[in-house]
Amino acid sequence: MTTLFDPSAAATQATDAILHDTLHGTARGVVVDSPPGAGKSTLVVRAALELAEAGHPLMVVAQTNAQVDDLVLRLAEKNPELPVGRLHSSDADPYDKALDGLENVRKSAKAADLAGLAVVISTAAKWAHVKADEPWRYAIVDEAYQMRSDALLAVAGLFERALFVGDPGQLDPFAIVGSEQWAGLTYDPSASAVTTLLAHNPDLPQHRLPVSWRLPASAAPLVSDAFYPYTPFRSGTGHGDRRLSLAVPSDGSGPDRVIDEAAESGWGLLELPARHTPRTDPEAVRAVATVVRRLLDRAGAATSERSPDPTPLTADRIAVGTAHRDQAAAIRAALADLGVTDVVVDTANRLQGREYDVTVVLHPLSGRPDATAFHLETGRLCVLASRHRHACIVVCRAGVGDLLDDYPSTEPVQLGTGVKFPDGWEANHAVLAHLAEHRVMWRP
Amino acid sequence: MPPPRTRGTALRHRLAELRGPDVPAKALDARALAALAANPGCARRAILDGAGVNKAALASALGSPSAFGQSQFALTRGNAFEAKVKADGGAELLRLVHEKLDRTAEPPTEARVPDLTATGPQGRTARTALELREAAAHPGAWTLLDHPMLALDVAGSPAFLEPDAVVVHPDGSWTVVEIKSFPLLDGSADPAKVGAAARQAAVYVLALEEVAARLGAEPEGCAGGEGASARRPEGSSTVAPSTPAEAPRTRSAQDRAPAPRVRHRILLVCPRDFSNLPAASAVDIRKQRAVTARQLTRLTRIEDIAETLPEGTCFSPELPADELTAAVESVPATYAPECLSACELAFHCRSRSRETGAVTSLGRPVRAELGGLTTVEDVLAAARGEAGDPDDPAVAALRRAAALRAEALEAACR
Amino acid sequence: MSLISTLARLEAVSTGRAQPAATVRHRHLSDRPLVFVPLTTAGEAGAPLGALVGTDRDAPRLLAVPQPRDRDLRFAFLAELADVVLPYIDAYAEVVEAAERTETDPETGKRVKVEVDLCADAPQLIVPSRGGIDLVRLLGRSMRFRRTAEQDPETPYPAPPRVPLLGRWLTHFGERARVPGSSLLLAMTDVLSRHWATGQSTLEDQHLGALLAWIDPPEGLTGAEAALRAELERDAKGQLTCPPAGPATDPAFDNKLLAPAIERYDRARTALAAAEDGLEADDRLGALTAAEREIRDLVLSRTLPTWEKVWQGLDLLRELPEGAHVEERWTRDRWSFTGHRDRVLAGEPPQPRRDDAVTAANKLATREREQARLEAQEALDDPLVMAGRRLSGEAFAGEVTDVVMAYSEGKRPSPRPLVTVRTDDRPHLGERTKVYRSLGGKPQSAEFVGVEEDGAYVVLRVLDKMGRGKEPEPGSVPEKGDRVCFTLFEHEQRGGAKLPDPEETPWTHGGPPGEATLEAADPVTSEDVL
Repeated sequence: MTTLFDPSAAATQATDAILHDTLHGTARGVVVDSPPGAGKSTLVVRAALELAEAGHPLMVVAQTNAQVDDLVLRLAEKNPELPVGRLHSSDADPYDKALDGLENVRKSAKAADLAGLAVVISTAAKWAHVKADEPWRYAIVDEAYQMRSDALLAVAGLFERALFVGDPGQLDPFAIVGSEQWAGLTYDPSASAVTTLLAHNPDLPQHRLPVSWRLPASAAPLVSDAFYPYTPFRSGTGHGDRRLSLAVPSDGSGPDRVIDEAAESGWGLLELPARHTPRTDPEAVRAVATVVRRLLDRAGAATSERSPDPTPLTADRIAVGTAHRDQAAAIRAALADLGVTDVVVDTANRLQGREYDVTVVLHPLSGRPDATAFHLETGRLCVLASRHRHACIVVCRAGVGDLLDDYPSTEPVQLGTGVKFPDGWEANHAVLAHLAEHRVMWRP
Repeated sequence: MPPPRTRGTALRHRLAELRGPDVPAKALDARALAALAANPGCARRAILDGAGVNKAALASALGSPSAFGQSQFALTRGNAFEAKVKADGGAELLRLVHEKLDRTAEPPTEARVPDLTATGPQGRTARTALELREAAAHPGAWTLLDHPMLALDVAGSPAFLEPDAVVVHPDGSWTVVEIKSFPLLDGSADPAKVGAAARQAAVYVLALEEVAARLGAEPEGCAGGEGASARRPEGSSTVAPSTPAEAPRTRSAQDRAPAPRVRHRILLVCPRDFSNLPAASAVDIRKQRAVTARQLTRLTRIEDIAETLPEGTCFSPELPADELTAAVESVPATYAPECLSACELAFHCRSRSRETGAVTSLGRPVRAELGGLTTVEDVLAAARGEAGDPDDPAVAALRRAAALRAEALEAACR
Repeated sequence: MSLISTLARLEAVSTGRAQPAATVRHRHLSDRPLVFVPLTTAGEAGAPLGALVGTDRDAPRLLAVPQPRDRDLRFAFLAELADVVLPYIDAYAEVVEAAERTETDPETGKRVKVEVDLCADAPQLIVPSRGGIDLVRLLGRSMRFRRTAEQDPETPYPAPPRVPLLGRWLTHFGERARVPGSSLLLAMTDVLSRHWATGQSTLEDQHLGALLAWIDPPEGLTGAEAALRAELERDAKGQLTCPPAGPATDPAFDNKLLAPAIERYDRARTALAAAEDGLEADDRLGALTAAEREIRDLVLSRTLPTWEKVWQGLDLLRELPEGAHVEERWTRDRWSFTGHRDRVLAGEPPQPRRDDAVTAANKLATREREQARLEAQEALDDPLVMAGRRLSGEAFAGEVTDVVMAYSEGKRPSPRPLVTVRTDDRPHLGERTKVYRSLGGKPQSAEFVGVEEDGAYVVLRVLDKMGRGKEPEPGSVPEKGDRVCFTLFEHEQRGGAKLPDPEETPWTHGGPPGEATLEAADPVTSEDVL
């Protein structure tokens, strides 16, 4: 017998189980895998509030200052009364000025100043310098898959038990020097914190948020198949739940046609003629900028489960993703030439954890004469292909399939390390094959 | 639908012609598999391997002999180690399989070790398939196949493969065993070598899965393959040609012949530390299997490459060097320095690549920032400002690089 | 690969000679390095066949194992190697100077300065190629757990006392070689390819003969021709005229020359054992000695060309002036050497097979810090390296066109002059990005204020190193017309956070590793003729 899949029920069930294990379980750690847009932040905030309400002093470890500030703001939004400590570095401008407006948030560079507050939040790097006489009863470690094992080693003495939350599909942490000599060791310092944690504590309860609320029904299967083949997830919405409409009709140009394709199907591939180009391929850069300009000009509107009325697709709901910083800079300049200044253009690294209605992506392999491990990294493509609620438009030169064939995967294999992800080469092919069904060829 | 018989025969005939009269076909050995993995896009390598040409002999005949050779010390020790691992009816090998992969099974106190001798690769392949079917008729027993022979369709032509061993577990599942002579030192081994072994094993697993599927299809002739995709109700896997799940355990309508499961963890056996004692490690090859499966689907068909060759092309080492050179030149190669460690023909291709001034002869990464410029002279002319469009970012960057480099060298001279 | 090094490689192709990849020498070279050219036997991990070793270019010591599978002969080789290497190391361990080190006082927990010995200089091992470094590690690993007869009278193959000690030292050298910028153990191919760009790929640069052929081609040949000859030329007997730099030998050598020679040696040995009287034994001993000499000659014939190439490489490198920060990094090597000397003297056990969690994390942190330090220092020392950083937008150079005095706000205004730099570079500057320049060897920081005229002029606010007064000290602020170079990367590295002690390893990492136990020796298989 088959029952209809109820995403809300599945997600609620998962969240309840997580909170139960966290608050009432006996294990020292609880691990939660969260695919893109599965409500990780919501979970972290909820767990923090429930722990605080239960009277447990809590420390929260995030990986970047932006993530820390974001969590502080979300916590204050949910419970403005909650006394929160923001532990920050002693550099200039160590935290978001928006925190200054929050009455119950205390900020300090010294942990001692924040003693006794219900929740204290900081980055892993800052926590590593904290000496505590008495460990915290509880901790939440956010973006735990992006945290290196050695960073966890430096802070794990500060807490007795912890909830580890993260997305295993995003960019892995890395070291700037070789660390092969420790590969295969359970505590390889360059591995992710979760890998080490689970290697030493295999019996910890592990949960998975099963539903992506961000990715539309058109995207979740592809992203799940290509990047989470062993831990599949579903979209929280159905095929008819999200719609992207455009008030201004197509002018028949390539960018307009790809916008229409993406509005219709959720994916669009704007394919430029095959050519080897430098990273800042002027034609591809202009094509990305033109797509963004046309998206704005055509007065797009997004309808979703959030509101029955269409929401205008404004510049802040669109983002452009690239592999390299110089590409982002070139696209920003091209957008400025077209009079667009308020669309976010950034690299995959910086777009991690962010969400938009429509994303325009310059394919990491577009026009490249070679494909390096950097460009084939699974997480990079995964981040770029999973930031959108409605549609993702990829701009790419033809010939990436052949390029991939010339750069086969010959990854070394370390004995004793687990295999979690599809090969970057394989994932790239999978995504490419899917995009080919939504191709608009264009010669600018 | 199988292709008409005449077509297959025609291709075999054509490949035999390419090889030369009376030259026996060479099996796809570990090096050929490594070359396939290192450079699947090279048409020259593809047709030569596909036709079973002995590339080492060809390279010598071309005047650029390959640098590969095997020291007899390595050979002796490698063979002796393999013999030691397989001694006593494979007792130690089976013990390792049991310990590393199948601890819940009955320990292998005794095992079936069928004789796989037969004439020619086709004969040995048939014999192997027969013994695998026979093993399926002995549930609960361990079976060791020593040097079985498998066939796999590579780019439209059958390639013969010879794994070191395949073990049939009591539950009927199959494990590929690779015996290597590099050491497992304090539990870890050279990652590049383990990677190569894993890719090699992945090819064997794919070949075994074909045998398994045929066994599963008997006797009702009911082919399957739904086991894995049934996992996902939306039926969304239009993407991957292979599912990452383990091979389907298909059952025919009458629930008769379950297709044997080919395990996706293989056993790698190496000498332990500085001794000659065997140590083993299970290697998960799901990634390599998925990659290889996709690679195989993307290979240009040998037939299509063969069609582009001029009538009468032949790679027989008996031919004079200039004729051979012309024959080899008639198939394009994609040389990169990585070929040097994988392909016997690499020195020949390298000298050709250098003659044409291809920048890739300096390594694939060199091209990264050169855009459409592909030869040494084009790049240098662009850098010197003698050629190239200054609005092309690659040309602009080259000129900036050249200016900065000149400035720095001048500063150092002062 | 940066475009600047790509260009250098292409120019090498076009000119037929390697081109400079550095204008100064970025590695320390000892006045008296110990050169080690080892060979191994194919098919077995770390089975030595022979070596040339020594500090005197004209008088290398030849070591050979006439039957590599014979454990006794192998151990004799290692003992002999110890007799060469250990006295060399000891000579450096004995000469010390007083130095200060900051330590944590165990009682108060405060950081205090203590006076300690620092070895005045350190030994330096040079091997031909990266494979040599791997072999040094492997030999270290194979020796350091060996038991001497004194430690364990029952041990079947007791090691001479110096062998485990050599194992510990080689392990230390091998580990130190993983630290970026260190020079205790260097592979000649690595050092040469750091300083010259050849007209071949980095893979082909691993061949010492080919690499040197590009850098210093013989009269009348281009680099490409000489390199090809080095790679492939064979003599009438089918042997490579430029034998591989090891430790692996050419299979043709193994099969055609070495195997028959070893067989003759084996036969001579069997014959000697079977000798029935003294006279016969004398004869047969003569035959055995001759057979052994033959193998020694073979080993010499394969190692001597490499030995000479290593010294040729040293000559070439010595022609380059030493980079300004090289000595500072060598001092770190001296600390590392002194530290290990002290651990040996204190009777500590050999390095364990595997690092514990805390040690591994500390090593990784050190290496990442040293990598960043090396990158910064190489750029500061070498305009060619800096050119690469400028090209990638991580630094910019130009002329100061304007200086406007300005002051910080607050009770005691400090100088915060605004400096305008005209540059052709395109640095990745964002709002308030910090930049640094070297002022008398110390970094002075400034922050980015803005650009003028489409990026051609960069305005910076200088933040420090101007003294305590209200007016900046003379020379501390760039003046109009000065050439300046600012980097976006920091020049000095901050220390990371202190990790817990190993005995306080948290539960996430398996908890404390427990009492250090003496690692068991590897079982030695009696005779591994399989």
